[in-house]
Amino acid sequence: MVQQLTTGERQNALVILLAVFVVGVAMAAAGGSDPLGVHGVIVLLFGGGLGALVMRSYYEPEPTLDRPSHYYDDPIKAGIALTLAWAIFGMFMGVWTAAQLAWPDLAFDAGWSTFGRLRPTHTTGVIFGFGGNALIATSFHVVQRTSRARLAGQVSPWFVLLGFNLFCILAVTGYFMGVTQSKEYAEAEWYADLWLVVVWVTYFVLFLRTIARRKEPHIYVANWYYMAFIVVVAILHIVNNLALPVSLGQAKSYTIWAGVQDSMVQWWYGHNAVAFFLTAGFLAMLYYYLPVRAQRPIFSYRLSILSFWGITFFYMWAGSHHLHYTALPHWVQNLGMTFSVMLLVPSWASAGNALLTLNGAWQKVRDDATLRFIFVAVVFYGLSTFEGSFLAIRPVNALSHYTDWTVGHVHAGALGWVAFITFGSIYTLVPSLWKRERMFSPVLVEVHFWLAVAGTLIYVFAMWNSGILQGLMWRTYTQEGTLAYSFLDSLVAMYPYYIARAFGGLLFLLGAIVAAYNIWMTVRAVPASIDRRTDVPDTGLAPGAAATPAE
Amino acid sequence: MAELFHRKLERTAIGFVIAIIAAASVGGLVEIAPLFTIKQTVEEAPDMRVYTPLELAGRNIYIREGCYACHSQMIRTLRDEVERYGPYSLAVESKYDRPMLWGSKRTGPDLARVGGKYSDFWHVAHLTNPRDVVPESNMPAYRFLARTALDTDDLGRHLQAQRALGVPYTDAMIANAAGDAFGQAAPDSPFAAGVTERYGEKTQVSAFDGVATQLTEMDALVAYLQVLGRLTDAPYSNTAAPEQAPDPTN
Ligand code: HEC
Repeated sequence: MVQQLTTGERQNALVILLAVFVVGVAMAAAGGSDPLGVHGVIVLLFGGGLGALVMRSYYEPEPTLDRPSHYYDDPIKAGIALTLAWAIFGMFMGVWTAAQLAWPDLAFDAGWSTFGRLRPTHTTGVIFGFGGNALIATSFHVVQRTSRARLAGQVSPWFVLLGFNLFCILAVTGYFMGVTQSKEYAEAEWYADLWLVVVWVTYFVLFLRTIARRKEPHIYVANWYYMAFIVVVAILHIVNNLALPVSLGQAKSYTIWAGVQDSMVQWWYGHNAVAFFLTAGFLAMLYYYLPVRAQRPIFSYRLSILSFWGITFFYMWAGSHHLHYTALPHWVQNLGMTFSVMLLVPSWASAGNALLTLNGAWQKVRDDATLRFIFVAVVFYGLSTFEGSFLAIRPVNALSHYTDWTVGHVHAGALGWVAFITFGSIYTLVPSLWKRERMFSPVLVEVHFWLAVAGTLIYVFAMWNSGILQGLMWRTYTQEGTLAYSFLDSLVAMYPYYIARAFGGLLFLLGAIVAAYNIWMTVRAVPASIDRRTDVPDTGLAPGAAATPAE
Repeated sequence: MAELFHRKLERTAIGFVIAIIAAASVGGLVEIAPLFTIKQTVEEAPDMRVYTPLELAGRNIYIREGCYACHSQMIRTLRDEVERYGPYSLAVESKYDRPMLWGSKRTGPDLARVGGKYSDFWHVAHLTNPRDVVPESNMPAYRFLARTALDTDDLGRHLQAQRALGVPYTDAMIANAAGDAFGQAAPDSPFAAGVTERYGEKTQVSAFDGVATQLTEMDALVAYLQVLGRLTDAPYSNTAAPEQAPDPTN
């Protein structure tokens, strides 16, 4: 880590960490016994701890002069490790919350462990912790390889990665203490949100400067998606989180948006967190790791363009389909529905493009579990985007909204698409990143694959059943024209599905643990082999032979 | 032609970023900005009142505990919902709500009109352990609320922040925030009269958790639950009929 930095860069890192430490002290002092004070202590420990780490290696030899002729892979390696750690944490919280719905006493009669406080630790843990770290790590990898240039910074990649993780830590520890804005998928409070803005702007500048160093005239498709992910998430995050803190010493704030306007801003944010965090960023992975793993170029350049701009434009209109039949004006609901249906075109263009890329490599899909992860991801991407458009249609939504069907839909996307493409990408990336000839155990990759498939299917089918059943029970009338079922009847009918869902989630979690073990052992126990000299940036000195996937 | 244009765009990072921002901005602008300018978006309701300090504190506990993860507060314009929960929700009812708590999932029932549906006593028993009251329930137990004293010191600051954002709290409301919070849960105390004076005769003043001498988080949460759906009568005088949900069987 620190060995890669020059003395000047080590000093810069120390200055930044000192600043973090000082901010932590100030927060602790201003916050006192408010949760903001606790977060101040966490921030000062974070800054102080990392500062101590840099100090320990401060006098070690500087990096050799040929540093620019290598890719900068240390932050990527750390990012992969953090991705796996958050995956296990986030999925564990998911299994726990799922189990609480079946067995409510699993909250053990404490405040911090009730369902309402745990749920955002799960969603933040998997979306931002697992997904976000995977996006940052792979974006650092992909942008270097496709640009054949080294990252445009030495300290800033670390700042982005670790700063983002500090945000995640503040968010999650906050929920346990009851610190939340209650905005779904944007629960973290104002100071954590401000910090994320700083981190994100750094990320944006770093990414653009690296692109500017590229040795290829064109920006590769995967990078379009990473750029859209970075830029649009910044816009969404800032607008949705505008808030007025009660005081600078308190965690609590009030959002500037109220009532019906707040609902629209919230779901404009919420749905596009799905679009630009959980879709665009992961499509970037797809566009790089699929062709690399399948050893085939992307089927169609034109389809790539069509789907990219379709997704960028249409998605931003779709959020209001979360508010059908509510007090949101009708015309906005209809716009949301219309654009959600149209979204199917660019979504299926992406999925089709990916499947046609695989066409001719089915042999490999059968034999190679890693490529199969990517293949299943594409299939679920196609399925869940279809389901999404379908659920956005008003009369369908009348049945599905407020029920587990939505939860099932989200997990078809989150498990089937996001997690599958991530694990497929990681299994492709890890051996090449650590210069190992292969994964430690192909059998364990296979085991992970089947655990993940079984877990996803059990989860999704349980939630489809429970959601549709629940929706139907709520609206069924007797012959006499009265409602046939009480709310409680519908709740009692849910229990078998809640148990099945928790089991499905458990299988998926076990798969992630297997993956973490396998990757750990790959790094520890598989001998290094790949020739380093081919995987280097184009510095104009040596002929660069980097693995750039063809279009 | 178009492809050629795109080939050019792909050569400039800044140009590409600007194009992304342009494409992505349209939807949000068209859907969000008019919600502030079109007057019909939020109905008129002259009788709409603001939350009392105690109710606001209760609302913040509702947020803190994540009750919104299982309960919606938005009755849709569908016949079955109106029959189950009451008149459908109007935009004006949440015009002071920062943030709104419409919710997205009903693991438990909608709470938009739960105010007045049960006694204070029922709520306290239910929150203390839902399964004592409803054996089939999977709602968490919130025993600790009755043990935790409510922090009233900074309630004035909360009202002030709300006012800065446009909620019509008066100077007297802000100055008396802590006293009003205490008074609303202590009907026999000298502080009680100020509450109805400032927030209206209809404001419920009672020893919510059954103990009038000490103000707890349970008091605040129950006060909030009891006011849900009762800040204005507008939904009850709204005559537009709800929609019949499409019936797949005929
Ligand atoms: C795990 C999901 C869950 C959470 C979290 C939850 N509830 Fe519930 N709630 C339920 C369920 C299920 C019911 C229906 C069964 C019952 O009455 O206990 C219910 C019922 C209720 C009712 C009665 C509604 C009626 O019309 O009968 C109230 C009031 C209520 N909850 C308030 C709260 C409050 C306040 C919180 C937060 C402190 C909360 N709930 C958190 C699931 C939840």
